[in-house]
Amino acid sequence: MTLTPVITEHWNDPTLYTLDGYRSHGGYRALATALKSDPDAVIATVKDSGLRGRGGAGFPTGLKWSFVPQNDGKPHYLVVNADESEPGACKDIPIMMANPHALVEGVIITSFAIRANHAFIYIRGEVPNAIRKVAFAVEQARAAGLIGKNILGSGFDLEIVVHSGAGAYICGEETALLDSLEGYRGQPRLKPPFPAVAGLYASPTVINNVETIANIPYIIDRGVDWFRQFGTEKSPGFKVFAVSGHVNRPGIYEAPLGITMRELLEYAGGMRGGVDVKFWLPGGSSVPMLTAEHLDIPMTYEDMAAAGTMLGTGTPMVFDSTVSVVKAVTRWLEFYKHESCGKCTPCREGTYWITGVLEKFEHGHGSQEEVETLTHLCNQIAGRSFCALGDAAATPYPAALKYFRDEFDAATHTPVDETFDPRASYVFAEAAAR
Amino acid sequence: MTITNEPGAQVAVPTDLVNVTIDGVEMQVPKGTLVIRAAELIGIEIPRFCDHPLLDPVAACRACLIEVDGMPKPQPACAQMVAEGMNVHTQHSSQVAAEAQAGVMEFLLVNHPLDCPVCDKGGECPLQNQAMSVGRPETRFTEEKRTFPKPINVSAQILLDRERCVSCARCTRFAEQIAGDPMIELLERGAQQQVGTADDEPFDSYFSGNTIQICPVGALTSADYRFRSRPFDLVSVPTTCEHCASGCSLRTDYRRGVVTRRLAWDDPEVNEEWNCDKGRFAFRYQSHGRINAPLVRENGELRVASWPEALATAAGIFEAARGNAGVLVGGRSTVEDAYAYSVMARAVLATDDIDFRVRAMSDEEAGFLAAVVAGSPVTTTYGSLENAPLVLLVDIEPEDESPIVFLRLRKAARGGTRVVTVASHLTTGSEKMNAELVACAPGDEVRALTELSADIRTALAVPGAVIMVGERAAAVPGAFTAVADLAKSTGAALVWVPRRAGERSALDAGALAGLLPGGRPLTDATAREEVARIWGISADRLPQPGRSGRALLENAARGDYAALLIGGVEVDDLRDADLLRAALESETSVVAISTHHNEVTAAADVVFPSGVVTEKSGTFLDWEGRPRPFGQVFHEALTTSDAGVISAIAEVMDATVEGSVTGIRGQIGALGPWRGARTTRTAVAAQPAAAGVRLATWRQLLDLGLMQSDEPHLAATARPTVARMSAATAAANGITEIATLTGPAGAISLPVEITEMVPDVVWVPMNSEGSRIYRDLGLGFGDVVQISAGGRP
Repeated sequence: MTLTPVITEHWNDPTLYTLDGYRSHGGYRALATALKSDPDAVIATVKDSGLRGRGGAGFPTGLKWSFVPQNDGKPHYLVVNADESEPGACKDIPIMMANPHALVEGVIITSFAIRANHAFIYIRGEVPNAIRKVAFAVEQARAAGLIGKNILGSGFDLEIVVHSGAGAYICGEETALLDSLEGYRGQPRLKPPFPAVAGLYASPTVINNVETIANIPYIIDRGVDWFRQFGTEKSPGFKVFAVSGHVNRPGIYEAPLGITMRELLEYAGGMRGGVDVKFWLPGGSSVPMLTAEHLDIPMTYEDMAAAGTMLGTGTPMVFDSTVSVVKAVTRWLEFYKHESCGKCTPCREGTYWITGVLEKFEHGHGSQEEVETLTHLCNQIAGRSFCALGDAAATPYPAALKYFRDEFDAATHTPVDETFDPRASYVFAEAAAR
Repeated sequence: MTITNEPGAQVAVPTDLVNVTIDGVEMQVPKGTLVIRAAELIGIEIPRFCDHPLLDPVAACRACLIEVDGMPKPQPACAQMVAEGMNVHTQHSSQVAAEAQAGVMEFLLVNHPLDCPVCDKGGECPLQNQAMSVGRPETRFTEEKRTFPKPINVSAQILLDRERCVSCARCTRFAEQIAGDPMIELLERGAQQQVGTADDEPFDSYFSGNTIQICPVGALTSADYRFRSRPFDLVSVPTTCEHCASGCSLRTDYRRGVVTRRLAWDDPEVNEEWNCDKGRFAFRYQSHGRINAPLVRENGELRVASWPEALATAAGIFEAARGNAGVLVGGRSTVEDAYAYSVMARAVLATDDIDFRVRAMSDEEAGFLAAVVAGSPVTTTYGSLENAPLVLLVDIEPEDESPIVFLRLRKAARGGTRVVTVASHLTTGSEKMNAELVACAPGDEVRALTELSADIRTALAVPGAVIMVGERAAAVPGAFTAVADLAKSTGAALVWVPRRAGERSALDAGALAGLLPGGRPLTDATAREEVARIWGISADRLPQPGRSGRALLENAARGDYAALLIGGVEVDDLRDADLLRAALESETSVVAISTHHNEVTAAADVVFPSGVVTEKSGTFLDWEGRPRPFGQVFHEALTTSDAGVISAIAEVMDATVEGSVTGIRGQIGALGPWRGARTTRTAVAAQPAAAGVRLATWRQLLDLGLMQSDEPHLAATARPTVARMSAATAAANGITEIATLTGPAGAISLPVEITEMVPDVVWVPMNSEGSRIYRDLGLGFGDVVQISAGGRP
């Protein structure tokens, strides 16, 4: 399958991040088209395109927009979730760095569609460069009359606020993001009410991922048929895949949904040193891992689900056979323990406990009994925590155990660093050797 | 736990019922009911920690997970509402639910210390209990527990052992939702999540003690009770709070004859499950500085006497004073004690010179109380406040003066009730009730009420609207008249909210000149007949209307009474303290019945010890007029009630005054409510406001009140003593940081807090450290005060 650069098409143009650069490639054409049509028509177009959320859950975008009650007399808000913090995910930040106007244009069109006059872009606090790029793009768009009162003479008003988070993973959870945006501690809210009914400041709110919104101008500009020629019936369109790990050319590869990992690996220059793929994760640490057997499964929402995992953020992490799965899982759980917000018991206490046990395994002090205990603990979190963070934390271990039980058995007596020389897995191992 | 309903109110039959099945039991419950509440109705107890029926659901602890048909994941029963046809499986019928609950229980204990043997909560701990019922017998957790340095003070009174906390957020939600004092909040995240305060901003809420009680573990303790006893060593008695007229139901716990703690008890109609910190923590006065035996004066000195001697001496004094005695009851007596004073005055001492008011008072007020309040049935209740479209507050600051009224008004305001306060400024308490201000300098109430906006007037005419007037109105001529006129013209309900617990009790017991028990006019022939029959005397032996208020005190000050019978009266609590002092110094014989030594007992000829609330049973009437009966905590007490003392004196005088609680309740019951004509109030005109800066003042909840003595931790949570005035008033008087207030009795200097308020008014607390207005200034509410810059606080 060939790559289909759309959002990434002109990334080698160093001026793309400017208004002129973006416009030189047809930017803001879609906005003019959208503003001339009807908000409902825009929603219908996005619905017809079948675009699904690129943040991880894959919820149909047009459907989400249509949940916003109309003529309810309340202000509506669009909130862009740019808190990209999933381990292994690095796609929204590059999009904001290289092509921020695609996001801004998408925000304006989406706000028009859902009848919001105020939009917020909530960006992870640790990426000031991306924040500056987006803030600059918003300033330029405002100066050009693309944001503000009566945009392009349409009578539509919009203000965009670029908000910097403070670096909490939980704030990528949409309701925690809303609390954070309102100035509270970032902790998930009880649902219902759902954000579409009572979100930001208790008003109807749509929350979309950066990549989802960046798709909108292209769909409006080039049409549903063009969009649907890529991907599958249930996963139409293309995806910004960010491949990382033990590959020769880690990076961003925009390709139709349905491309296989094997193809992506080829684009990424194959495995480093020709070492075999041991395990890989299609979209961040929160989705169950797969192995070399699964390299030919199409990367779609439905095929990944059938394989027992999820497409997630569509940012594959590839690990070769130098890596201890015990160690990898331990690092992920340390991450979830550190990022657990503390609100609910299973996630707060479960991640604390599991991490402690895994660290014992890492040092060769695990036990067979604890192999089972860890499974129980994950079952005691999955589906019982307040939000998806807990579910995510309960994901790595069961999948790792399914494919690599022998490594956990070995870790009951031998430290993993003795079984797997950590230096061999370093990406900078060759440099270190020199 | 509380199920809120109002028996007094019309019971609405729910029409919006849904069918739901829980563990195979089919039932109908109102739409919107939470599954956990529905399950309780059929006796199924689902484990819970964060759930509390009076707090908004948060679904954080996950202890209550249940299975619902058609839902892929277990759901929290505390947040899941029932829906038509819903089929719920709790731990009793679902393996998934049982395992989910057990899993959460196991997780909760991961970081919880195993210090139950030294934890105050051990023995009454929801975590301990549920660990016993659904926990594992042995732990699988062998890693290191998270620890914190123990404990931290979130306030001078409240201590927090963070490692015990299970992050249920009941305390923080209480502070935010119920008290409106979000001074504690969850900080940090993950297992490090902890309750904390902002730097240098302690949890000085008037209601902070409730968080200890609703904490499902031993994370919150009070400095006073911590490590003092184990729950299973305590004996618990249901009681009523004696501190104010809110009428809280309490539980008093004691061990070996000493009260160790008090808890708010569940009374959905009154205090729900809350009380204030004064009611919870202030009880050491009960055992300190008490009068233990009768005293008689001999050669100018008081000495301990036997009961027979003291009774004979008092009887001798009263024999000589028949027809010329005065009786001061005090504002803290029970209905039964006040009734005994009332009978003693009329039937034995043949006098109607009797009053219970030990504060600012007026004849206008006495007339108002007799005509509008005394003996009136319970019609306006806490529930009425909650359902009122509008509540108008006149000369009352509920957060300080009737804290449970405040909590209910805040709840009402959150539910849409409009609260309007006629006051000099919007206090933090007013803000928490989302109150609107009708700005009014002290003394200008009459004008403010006559000039109320049409909008408020219209709202007052909506059925259910309530006017609440505080006792401070007695200091303002015409205020009670104006309030009563406003209620009459708009149709709004009118309630009088006194501060002390015994005021309404004394009023209804007839301890006010001109009034017989139940609001019966002394001048009414039928009333006299009814009362005389019960008292076993002939009606013509009842006296003619006598003196109350200032007239009584003036008569006493002149030494014109042969004898005075004085109950629990603190001289400095009187606006006219000098009059009583003069009486005490006069030749008049004084018989005092008191729990504690004070200025009155020091000057008395005979002193009888009286029991505090733990040593007797009785009844307080709260502001609603609702009887709040309480039982005796210490049956082996050496004291008796005031009624017991009075009855014994009367017996020596060959007269009969019923002294037992049951006997008095029987007499009051036999009298029944008064159905005849009430006295009519006389309209009093407003007086023109005096020129100058006027004093606004009231007693703060936590202050120098004698019943709060010996409570250092509680006192440390009191609000700082400041003088409040507007920026313009401060500027006009050249005041920046410190102001000096001067009155006839002296001067006080206080730090100034510039407050948005009416001009030419200065507010100071009435009885706080450095600001005892009657004593230090000789001034009261509404009086003109001299203010100047500077001074040393």
